[in-house]
Amino acid sequence: MNEPVRSASPVELHHELTRIWGANPGLGQLAAVNHTALGRRFIVTAFLFFAIGGILAMLVRAQIATSHSAFVGPEIYNQVFTMHGTVMMFLFAIPMFEGFAIYLLPKMLGTRDLAFPRSGAYGYWCYLFGGSILLLALAMGAAPDAGWFMYTPLSSKPFSPGINADVWLIGITFVEISAISAAIEVLVSILLIRAPGMSLDRMPIFAWYMLVVAVMILVGFPPLILGSILLEAERAFGWALFDPTRGGDSLLWQHLFWIFGHPEVYIIFLPAAGMVSTIIPVMAGRELLGYRWVVLAAISVGFLSFGLWVHHMFAVGIPHLALGFFSAASMLVAIPTGVQIFAWLGTLMSGRPRFNVPMLFLCGFFFIFVLGGLTGVMVAVVPFDLQVHDTYFVVAHFHYVLVGGFVFPIMAAAYYWLPHLTGRQPMFQLGHAVFWLVFIGFNLTFFLMHLTGLLGMPRRIWTYAESYGWDWLNLLSSIGGFVMTIGFALFVLDILLQARFGPKTGRNPWGAASLEWATPIPPTDYGFASIPTVTSHRQLADDPDLPRKLAAGDGLLGFARRNWLETIAVDMITGEPRQIVLLPGRTFLPLLTALATGLFFVSLLLQVYPLAIAGLVITIAMFWLWTRHPARTADLGRLPVGDGTTLPVHTESGQAPSWWAVVFLLLADAALFGSLLFGLVFLWVVAPGWPPPEVLSDSTAFALIAMACLVAAAGLGRLALRAARRGAVGWALVWNRFLAAAHVATVLLLAAILTTAPDPTAHAYAGVTVAILVYVLVHAAVGLILALHVWQACRRGHVSAARSLDLMIGRLWHDYTAVAGVIGLGTILGVAAMIGQPGAGG
Amino acid sequence: MDRMTRDMDLRTDIVLLDLGHDRAVEVGFLHGARLFRRLAGAIACLTVPLLAGCTGPLSTLDPAGPNAAAVARLWWVMLAGAGLIFALVMICLLLAYRRRTRARGSVGTWVVGLGLVFPTTTLTLLLGYAIVTGERLLPHPGQEVLRLDGTARQWTWNFVYPDGGPAIPDGGPLVIPVGRPVDIHVTSEDVIHSFWIPRLGGKIDALPGHVNVIRLQASEPGRFGAQCAEFCGLGHTQMFFWVDAVPEENFRQRAEARR
Repeated sequence: MNEPVRSASPVELHHELTRIWGANPGLGQLAAVNHTALGRRFIVTAFLFFAIGGILAMLVRAQIATSHSAFVGPEIYNQVFTMHGTVMMFLFAIPMFEGFAIYLLPKMLGTRDLAFPRSGAYGYWCYLFGGSILLLALAMGAAPDAGWFMYTPLSSKPFSPGINADVWLIGITFVEISAISAAIEVLVSILLIRAPGMSLDRMPIFAWYMLVVAVMILVGFPPLILGSILLEAERAFGWALFDPTRGGDSLLWQHLFWIFGHPEVYIIFLPAAGMVSTIIPVMAGRELLGYRWVVLAAISVGFLSFGLWVHHMFAVGIPHLALGFFSAASMLVAIPTGVQIFAWLGTLMSGRPRFNVPMLFLCGFFFIFVLGGLTGVMVAVVPFDLQVHDTYFVVAHFHYVLVGGFVFPIMAAAYYWLPHLTGRQPMFQLGHAVFWLVFIGFNLTFFLMHLTGLLGMPRRIWTYAESYGWDWLNLLSSIGGFVMTIGFALFVLDILLQARFGPKTGRNPWGAASLEWATPIPPTDYGFASIPTVTSHRQLADDPDLPRKLAAGDGLLGFARRNWLETIAVDMITGEPRQIVLLPGRTFLPLLTALATGLFFVSLLLQVYPLAIAGLVITIAMFWLWTRHPARTADLGRLPVGDGTTLPVHTESGQAPSWWAVVFLLLADAALFGSLLFGLVFLWVVAPGWPPPEVLSDSTAFALIAMACLVAAAGLGRLALRAARRGAVGWALVWNRFLAAAHVATVLLLAAILTTAPDPTAHAYAGVTVAILVYVLVHAAVGLILALHVWQACRRGHVSAARSLDLMIGRLWHDYTAVAGVIGLGTILGVAAMIGQPGAGG
Repeated sequence: MDRMTRDMDLRTDIVLLDLGHDRAVEVGFLHGARLFRRLAGAIACLTVPLLAGCTGPLSTLDPAGPNAAAVARLWWVMLAGAGLIFALVMICLLLAYRRRTRARGSVGTWVVGLGLVFPTTTLTLLLGYAIVTGERLLPHPGQEVLRLDGTARQWTWNFVYPDGGPAIPDGGPLVIPVGRPVDIHVTSEDVIHSFWIPRLGGKIDALPGHVNVIRLQASEPGRFGAQCAEFCGLGHTQMFFWVDAVPEENFRQRAEARR
């Protein structure tokens, strides 16, 4: 039964694989979970949001073109610039590179799909629905209007009483689900789902960059998610967290925002840098100069980017010595960036670079990004920053960085990979006109803006006096903006013409060496008809006939077995084949789950809390249904892969991708928890109005018992796993029952503490303390759900000595919950004891 | 302008020093030097009319006090350095397409030399300069210093000289003496605002629950603009006031008139 049957011909193989991997036409497309379809959707949707963000930018430029061209008042103008920033950062830049990564990575890595197709689809729907909430609010004139950075107290209830700020907090958090899920998916896929033989040092450079970016998202986004949750709790339930009159501090928001916000800039730049590192060697006709150095540089940028968020806060009154440290750190990040720039230049200078449209955009990238980097060093200089901070100089600087460092490489990438996406060549040389319009328009708009800022024009003003002398600069900037827009319109036209009427292209039109050009183009739903075995860095250059051989099924898994969607997972480091991953096929579940999640978020927004709870319950129930896919009642054992060797399937291998996914999810979770603890310490040390009037009391016994229950749960989880691995499913059930009881006890104990805890609306101390209690409680509750799931899996016979994945994931969760619970409850008790003592605290 | 040229020379030396050890690049750079001289000439021609346009009530490039002057000097130095580095990168890019013989693709030259050593040296120098400048601008204790308390609220400022001084109406104009450092203690009653008189120096945020201090000094009498620099809601644009720097005697007379 498990013996694969070879198809009679490549064409027959193609038909069978398409039947298995593809989605049905019409409404059936909504069930697509395939990375090619999802990648395309992300890219197209992100581009639509880019157009909307661009229109908003044009409104801004029309409004301030001269000192008397204002056509809306501050009520509308504040919404327009807030939404421009929000749309471009959250709804364009991040989803755009996610789209490219999702589309390209499996193909570059020589495999059929990413590790979690359903979670990719779920992420897409969350992105689309969350973005739609924001757009709907904009259409109704209720868009966020407190700036994309949402500084408190301006964004707090007393100063922003409308729904506008809630739209931002809830809409963006909804969208961020997609960033987190994409990051986990990309990370696990790069580490595990590669072609056999692709060791880490044979990995395409773009995958290295995305590896760094994915980790950065997992550590960088949770602080903002936490900040959004806390601010929404303050706005909706009156909790004291950021209010300086109640022991909170507006600076806490700024720290949480920029701990996210600064890495965010590099999260956007690094994928683009990965594309630059991919395209330049192809165009220069040689390998990338200093591959290892570039990898190291990308990793160092990732690390350093977390040490310089304070450079957005030089003016908030931080001691000069501390500013000096962050100033130095900000400059330090220029060094690995310099390494990359000169590695690219060296590649070009020592190769024989071709000159074509992608290269033209990359030259534009060099020009603009280097200027942005140089002004970046300038604003890292504290005294200078104090002058230009919050002026148009900074606006000019970050547009040079983001447009130069992201939009230009993306346009180069679009022209470079478009033949892959559409299977067609460009028709006219419109690309050149697009480049010059965008390049000249961009520089006209933003180069002059440096001077506008130096002449003192602050950001976010909706009009200004003629006597300030800014009229001519702004007028020229606005003209440049419209030239740029014409360029982008022409870009759309060019893409549409190429996609619709362009002549068919042959395989590998640029003569690239990476594997994405070994798929049929335009790509099929299954990507590769069979999986290559990688022996070098430049597989396609070494073996130009590879695409034909793979299509003929000469590689691994070159067959359609039992309607399974199969791909191979490898050892992280060496790339040795380790397991067969059985992927889920087309399903409406991600869409339905995202709709339920949307119900939850929209109900929160409209403050219909019973409905929100319903949405949450349905979402959990939907996720429960997801677990039906890999569940089996009998072991499959080792299966042949087509070259005479056999591999276990992932549910029986002990190193399943989903186990790693939970590891990385917990990394993000830990970043969120760490931010929460940081919040408590920060408020204690910095905020006015401490010590609080009332601290947690009489809860020591309950808290200690809860900690013991959490530790016991972790131990029981281990016992259950050990029993299951011995094949003693009955014992696993017994331990699992005790485990569930321990979690129930924890939930009850914490609920009891919550009823006697100080009022979270009275003081920020109480607000953070209650937040920590709720955090631990939620983790115990999820632990309970996992225990219930294990119970069901055991009862249905899904668990055996080999199939113990559910228990392994459970053990991870219970371990984390125990550690976080002990730290969290311990911190609460410690802080309460220290503040409670007379003369201490404050 | 003199100082600027001197600093530019200094930068040229640094760049040559760093590149000198590699022949391939050196050749490239000398080509670049000629090109750069032409470029610098063109920039200078363009800069003169631009400088004339650098004035304005909020211009940071038209300093009227030591703080703003130090920052303006910093800016011109950094502009010159950035111009040189930018020219270097652009010349490399041009040469990649111009040169007949290919450069050696050596990791040592490109990645270590240009990518690692060159920025490290430049940035260390800049950081030292920046920290020294920043340290000089701090509100160190001194006898001559005048204290001013500024409280922001949506969308105006309230100013008080706690140790005696002229009465300042809400929304200005604020009166300060010429030639005497003023420590402005800034806070806010509601949302975050930012206190900024561009012709006198950098800005400082007015945060509810915190007091921040900035030292400013006017070196010449005149009327300067001041603008709230942190977005603070509907009236952010209108949160503007004038600052009058008056001679010391005049300032004293105004203070006594109040008594």
